[in-house]
Amino acid sequence: MSAILSLLKNTFVSKDVEKQINKIKKPVGSFGYDAWGYNTDFHKVGMGMFKFLYNDYFRVQTYGIENVPADGRVLLIPNHSGQLPLDGVLIGFAMAKREKSPRATRAMIERFFPTVPYLGNLLNSVGAVIGDPANCARMLDNDEAVIVFPEGVRGSGKMYEQRYQLQRFGNGFMHLAMQHNTPIIPVGVVGCEETMPAIYNIKPLAKALGVPYIPVTTPVPLPAKVSLHFGKPMYFDKAETEEEVTAHTEKVKDASRVLINEGLAKRESVY
Amino acid sequence: MDKKQTILVTGAGGATAKKVITQLQGEYNIIAVDFRRQIKLGKDIPSYLVDINKRGFEDIFRNHDIDGVIHLGRLGTHGSNKKSRRSRYNTNVLGTQRLLERCRKYSVKQVLIMSTFFVYGADAYNPALLDEDTPLKAAELTLDLVDSVELENLANIYLYKYPELNITILRPCHIAGPGIRNSMSALLSSKKAPVLAGFSPMMQFIHVDDVAEATAAAYRGNKPGIYNLAPDDYVAYQDALVASGCKRRYLPSVPPLLPATISKVMGSRAFPSYLINYFKYPVVIDGRLFKDTFGFEPKRGFKDIFSYYRKQKELLK
Repeated sequence: MSAILSLLKNTFVSKDVEKQINKIKKPVGSFGYDAWGYNTDFHKVGMGMFKFLYNDYFRVQTYGIENVPADGRVLLIPNHSGQLPLDGVLIGFAMAKREKSPRATRAMIERFFPTVPYLGNLLNSVGAVIGDPANCARMLDNDEAVIVFPEGVRGSGKMYEQRYQLQRFGNGFMHLAMQHNTPIIPVGVVGCEETMPAIYNIKPLAKALGVPYIPVTTPVPLPAKVSLHFGKPMYFDKAETEEEVTAHTEKVKDASRVLINEGLAKRESVY
Repeated sequence: MDKKQTILVTGAGGATAKKVITQLQGEYNIIAVDFRRQIKLGKDIPSYLVDINKRGFEDIFRNHDIDGVIHLGRLGTHGSNKKSRRSRYNTNVLGTQRLLERCRKYSVKQVLIMSTFFVYGADAYNPALLDEDTPLKAAELTLDLVDSVELENLANIYLYKYPELNITILRPCHIAGPGIRNSMSALLSSKKAPVLAGFSPMMQFIHVDDVAEATAAAYRGNKPGIYNLAPDDYVAYQDALVASGCKRRYLPSVPPLLPATISKVMGSRAFPSYLINYFKYPVVIDGRLFKDTFGFEPKRGFKDIFSYYRKQKELLK
């Protein structure tokens, strides 16, 4: 373990966090890594550092988290919002801190992240992986819990005026679910839309920098209350045509919409 | 009457080849060939210093009844074998073609070719656990690896066009350990190794003794095809350096041209500009096919490999 990692671990990782992550069954190699760069010690440090944000800043509440199976392959399909991939991190944190059968989740992230110094490695070390179907397929074969955002940047980069309006869901996750006989858990994320309300996308600058968007928004995420609503597992038979696949995908999108609306109805205040 | 088969081993002066010969010696008659220097391996092993592209090379086939070839004589880009791109192309691609043509002409029954995982190319979009069907992107990313990819393409053509040659192609991950003189081994041996700030890609290492045992197993098994050779274990590059007792020298990583320029100015053979992306993005390969086909798993772990380099440094103190 490097000196920096050791220092971070001693500073941020409490005995409770250590004990909780040790409960997660995650096979890793001789240096604590898996093939995608997940590292047990980094996961502990990430949990330790993010604990304040999860508990006290975003005051995250979960509903139906027991719907996620204790083991075996599963696809978590949330709505995507808030400019930064905070929603994925919060779902991953919620799954890791789950009292009964905590799990390490793998979030599929945008392909440009690995090109960003430090950030790419950091995201990998806490479980994120570039959104390549080959990666997702291998993880499902390894019986992992994988988070896929079918809206992609269409969802995360949308403007505040479009909040809670689900964007087009890609069919990729549905193909993977059918090919790998995987249950789907729709997840409704409420609150992340208000963490970084964006009013404008500086497209020319984004293009010049090779990133999907550069939003005009708050300099730091605002302390919106976040709630995560996990739906019941959905199972789909193999589809013959792309039209049938799209119909399956729409069912998941509808389930997400119901969960989001339930969350919005329950919400008493935004901040 | 001697019923032992005869194997021609090219690149016999290299550390891997010597260990492969040790594995197979006794079970097979061995003929050693090196293109760079005369190798002495004992009176039982005829040894030749000959260029694969010269006519004299064919005399070995004329004078010996060769059953199989283990082709390890690939010119690398590091150390004493460092040659120009053209020279490497001539030896690695055209030379291998001549070798395969000799194999056809003299009815050789089995050929094993040592390739490298570098052929996959280091790309930011690479998924992990690349299998043998993954397209080879190295030539697209750098012209300096064209010979490696072309050698593979050539071997593939012969594999399917001439099944009687029973060609096996191995693509090992980073080979390391005693005697290995490739670029990664040079980095692990160094006191201070360059790293790109903000990047520490996942890597795989295999001990030279395991490579030798795997090569022998693949030859004995004779199941033609392409196989990745890598353990089911992974480590970040910077962790590998630290475990090997190296200090890290951080180079700026952005804009992308900057580290490549620095590398050129430094003239580092171990960290050449055209390999920069391999220190930035992971090329993690899936070694399951080899394991399942030949029932082989590496016996030495990363800790064995890195402790060798650490101990070497301690001895030099």
